[in-house]
Amino acid sequence: MTDYRVEVRVTPRRGILDPQGSAVQGALKSLGFGGVEDVHVGRLIRFTLQADGDAEARERVDAMCRQLLANPVTEDYDVRVEALAAA
Amino acid sequence: MKIGVVTFPGSNCDYDCYRAVKDGLGAEAIYIWHKEHDLHGVDAVFLPGGFSYGDYLRAGAIAAHSPIMREVKAFAAGGGPVAGICNGFQILCEAGMLPGGLMRNRTLKFRSRPVHLLVERADTAFTSEYATGDVLRIPIAHGEGCYFAAPETLDELEANGQVVFRYCDGEGLVSPAANPNGSARSIAGIINAAGNVLGMMPHPERAIEPLLGSTDGLGFFRSLAAHLARV
Repeated sequence: MTDYRVEVRVTPRRGILDPQGSAVQGALKSLGFGGVEDVHVGRLIRFTLQADGDAEARERVDAMCRQLLANPVTEDYDVRVEALAAA
Repeated sequence: MKIGVVTFPGSNCDYDCYRAVKDGLGAEAIYIWHKEHDLHGVDAVFLPGGFSYGDYLRAGAIAAHSPIMREVKAFAAGGGPVAGICNGFQILCEAGMLPGGLMRNRTLKFRSRPVHLLVERADTAFTSEYATGDVLRIPIAHGEGCYFAAPETLDELEANGQVVFRYCDGEGLVSPAANPNGSARSIAGIINAAGNVLGMMPHPERAIEPLLGSTDGLGFFRSLAAHLARV
């Protein structure tokens, strides 16, 4: 068993309206930050996971995303899995 | 006739539903705590409005996996009527019992006010006391009520006649101006293909007596009672 540090980034699905992102973009603009485009607001979910190898860790996190962490109808997700050095 | 109202931690319209059944219909209503695994022989189930689990993660996402949802799914699979109102609609979508999902209102504002609804289907278990084309005045109160689904899903819903309510103006005209949250095709309520699971963002249980400003929601409960009397 290996300990993994997992990060799941959930963002509004590409191409569908993200009113939160638009509002943040507008606020950045009004603060004078030029050249800012394509702002999106999402969630970061971080946890540690014990798994038998990288492939199993990824597979399990993917299942978590599909069942709970992301809504496939409205959101995209991106998984990062990194083995922690043994203590 | 016995109707169950599921209470999740953070539900806040459970009493309104309970009262609409008890006083509006004069029928028996019971509360069912979300941790139970027993529907106590009810004839219909309501998933009420509120902010289950504080809307953590996504509205309805965690409640969709509450213990009682296993029984609610089995009950629906057997043809039992299930209605999700507001947060209940979000829970039904998150549980995969209805297609699509509810996103942040396009305006980003929490909208709490009466709206007009066009009845598109008056032949369901929940709407038989209305007529197609009726315009109802019923309140909404939500921050995440923007209905979204893939275009092909929306086409399928329309083709199957699964769109039950649409937002409209006082004359029954459906337009972007009368759409309070940016919902796709102004959809306010849908039903599953089998016709026994309905989800809607507006609150019929808050429109059951003149004191509340409208009695247009009573027909919703009366329709369900009439349906249960038939089956």
